[in-house]
Amino acid sequence: MCDTCGCNITDGNRHLIEGDGKLAQTESGREAISVLQGLLSENDHAAAHNREHFDRHGVLTLNLMSSPGSGKTRLLEETIGALGGELRIAVVEGDLETENDAQRIRDKGVEAVQITTGTACHLDAHMVHKALHQLELDEVDILFIENVGNLVCPASFDLGQHRNITLLSVTEGDDKPAKYPVMFRAADLMLVSKSDLLAVLDDFSPDKAERHLRELASSAPVQTLSARSGEGMQAWLDWLRAEHAAAAERIARGETVRPAIQPDGQLLHTHSHDHGHHSHD
Amino acid sequence: MHELAVCQGLMSQVEQIARREQAERITRILLSIGPLSGVEASLLKDAFPIAAAGTVAEQAILDVQEQAVQVKCLSCGAESEATANRLLCAACGDYRTRLISGDEMMLMSVELERRENAQGTPHV
Repeated sequence: MCDTCGCNITDGNRHLIEGDGKLAQTESGREAISVLQGLLSENDHAAAHNREHFDRHGVLTLNLMSSPGSGKTRLLEETIGALGGELRIAVVEGDLETENDAQRIRDKGVEAVQITTGTACHLDAHMVHKALHQLELDEVDILFIENVGNLVCPASFDLGQHRNITLLSVTEGDDKPAKYPVMFRAADLMLVSKSDLLAVLDDFSPDKAERHLRELASSAPVQTLSARSGEGMQAWLDWLRAEHAAAAERIARGETVRPAIQPDGQLLHTHSHDHGHHSHD
Repeated sequence: MHELAVCQGLMSQVEQIARREQAERITRILLSIGPLSGVEASLLKDAFPIAAAGTVAEQAILDVQEQAVQVKCLSCGAESEATANRLLCAACGDYRTRLISGDEMMLMSVELERRENAQGTPHV
């Protein structure tokens, strides 16, 4: 754990612990204990554990996030259809209730584990860990985690994924990246989905959506596609192939990768997590 | 509204510290929160009494230090204030910036009262 190395100290809070900062002082009769630990350190620890399992089994794990109804499941159905013979895919589905989405994926002949969160508005690393027990990771090249449809909470919880993909459908506003900066800043790839509807929804501009994304200091690629019409699907499938090939090279070198945007402190987090693993076989 | 889940994580960290330090009670908790952490300071404060009920921190004051959003420009090197959804360099306008503050979500310190005769573990 990271309660002593200070790896979460940023330029914004350093003054709190240095010199005569608030935390350097001790009030009489009470003792101030400096902690300097991320609030989600338990989750982050479980996420690091998940990521190690993915790497050990040679799995590329992609976290899909968006509002409800942006077409995540439909995109996965078409992706499975297109890549079925080429890459082995499995899916972890997150929803508050029902097995519906997992069933849609299974109907495509692919393994799917449904996590029902009840009232929880996001997946966390522990839920994903439990779901992994139901999957044969050695049989998987790409694992998609379809997060709960929600543009707020899922962005804060690391699951152990290698990349974040955020969907923005053209039925939403093109200013969503400006309204939900935490979510869109986390994206390694932004997909503008349901592009077949652009003809009738002329108030959505993919260029504007991209401009709002750039204002979040993001250089993530943006792709416009329609799982229904097939438009733009080729570029998406090529991105997946390239990511999968890069993952295989990375794993051969013994390296891992995290989504591009992580809190600064976590980027400095170089501790190894080689303690107490249990088998998933 | 994931602040309750965040608060529950916080409570398990605080309880661990209280056990380690043999504290009788936790009197104050200081957090550092930035707007780009995805956690709302006011909602955290609302969730805290629910998460803290029945724990060693039940009476604790939750202090949240809210951090400003600051970026460093990768193009001209300037450091400037920014807003959560406009992380551009204030000097040259470039979007290629690095966040230097604003995404903190961190437990900075806890203040505690020890049990009589209890010896805490030394810490640096």
